[in-house]
Amino acid sequence: MGIPFDQILIQTINGLVNGMILALVASGLTLIFGIMDVVNFAHGELVMLGAFTGATTLAVTGNFWLALIVATLAIAAFGAVLQVSTLRPLLGRDPLTTILATFGISLVLQKYALWQWGPSARKLQEPITGQFTLFYLQYPWYRIATALLSAAIIGALYLFLKYGKFGIWIRAAMQDRVMAQAMGIPVPSLHIAVFAIGAGMAAASGVLFGPLAGVTQNIGADFTLRAFIVVVVGGMGNLGGSILASIFISLLEAYASLIVSPSQAVIVSFVALILTLLFRPTGLFVPTPK
Amino acid sequence: MLTLDNVHTYYGKSHILHGVSIEVRAGEVVGLLGRNGVGKSTTLKTVMGLVRPSEGSVTFEGREIGGMASHHVAHLGIAWVPEDRRIFRLLSVMENLRTGLDRPGVTEARRTALLDKIYASFPVLAERRNQAGGTLSGGEQQMLAIARAMMLEPKIILLDEPTEGLMPRMVSQIREIIEVLHRDGVAILLVEQNVPLTLEASERVYIMEKGVVRHHAPAADLQANHAVIHQYLGV
Repeated sequence: MGIPFDQILIQTINGLVNGMILALVASGLTLIFGIMDVVNFAHGELVMLGAFTGATTLAVTGNFWLALIVATLAIAAFGAVLQVSTLRPLLGRDPLTTILATFGISLVLQKYALWQWGPSARKLQEPITGQFTLFYLQYPWYRIATALLSAAIIGALYLFLKYGKFGIWIRAAMQDRVMAQAMGIPVPSLHIAVFAIGAGMAAASGVLFGPLAGVTQNIGADFTLRAFIVVVVGGMGNLGGSILASIFISLLEAYASLIVSPSQAVIVSFVALILTLLFRPTGLFVPTPK
Repeated sequence: MLTLDNVHTYYGKSHILHGVSIEVRAGEVVGLLGRNGVGKSTTLKTVMGLVRPSEGSVTFEGREIGGMASHHVAHLGIAWVPEDRRIFRLLSVMENLRTGLDRPGVTEARRTALLDKIYASFPVLAERRNQAGGTLSGGEQQMLAIARAMMLEPKIILLDEPTEGLMPRMVSQIREIIEVLHRDGVAILLVEQNVPLTLEASERVYIMEKGVVRHHAPAADLQANHAVIHQYLGV
């Protein structure tokens, strides 16, 4: 059975677009894991809260870009509060404790969203409605814009980590928390800042993703799962690895859906996860450990 | 300046320090000798706030610092060069130095002066400034660890076995650095296994055994009296 070239190209673009949104979520998750050793199972809920906050702001102001900024900042601040109130007291305990705590937070946030915004999906109106012709499809420019904007945010994060004073502090603390603190780096405050950055990035992806699907209280769980797969496949705590893995997994799913139905295509990411854990548990996109 | 008074510490249930009392005066080089596992490194970690003393007090310039968060300890002017160096391996040499340099209140001129001083003492670090810390040799990593501590412009440096595993040429370089720091008025608490170096570099020496200080004397006295050294250190 031959697959036409145009379908492959369309799926490549789809995979890249989905991959960039996922990378935005996963880079926050991996950053938080890298510095705190906490797998934040409530990360997807921050995506969801970001989407709802964006939808509400858009309804009030009518400006999508303003909604994007407001949601990002509001959820970043919420993330800081969450870190101080829930995760900081648990730091250094058994990993199971923080897994249960963040899982608990995700349930609370889902139910809160249900109570606050109701069960029906909200539509976030995209700011760019134009389309271009891609073979037999009218492909929305907005999807391309989403991928570019996600790439820009990730690029800004990279530059911040690479050259900024706080970026160097964060990388130092990711490598050796104790030594970083002994060098006078205020590691506890850094934890709050990193959690806030991760939460803000999750919220931004929620707003960007909102117009592509509806916004419901359930969109978070899917993101948590996919981002978690990506973080493991990319190598826990490895930012570059997570970004590559996001694109890799999304492309894999996109190509698989050429052959099987999209809901079955999800299986390939789990297969990739299991194979990674079996044969290369440190992650696919990290140098072979010595 | 730095005073430990009857300090007890535990790792879980094991009692490591059994009432350690040590004093370091401003600008003084003090040696801390002892065999492996007698609690020398734990003593330094306790000062640094990495281990909380269960009893006794640690004071620095008259202020109680026992159990204080280590970034606050560092801000008071105490720097730590750990035994295993703990270089940030994925950070470049320059970035390793910046972890100590990017403090509030360091002017551009001060930064340049500090870096020039480090590069004069450790020319190899200037050569490798853009290289990842993990790619340096053991001796170079030790120099980077000391240089990184110097970036904090500390009043005292806690130096944990700086010559361990180094070639003789490197050892004499470390000896020179201690001399330079001493001349600049930086106090040093030097934990070592290398007895000749410690006696030469220090003014006073404490000898530890099984979590307590057994002996305390001016370095010159110990140099004349090898029986004590032999008794506690077996050399």
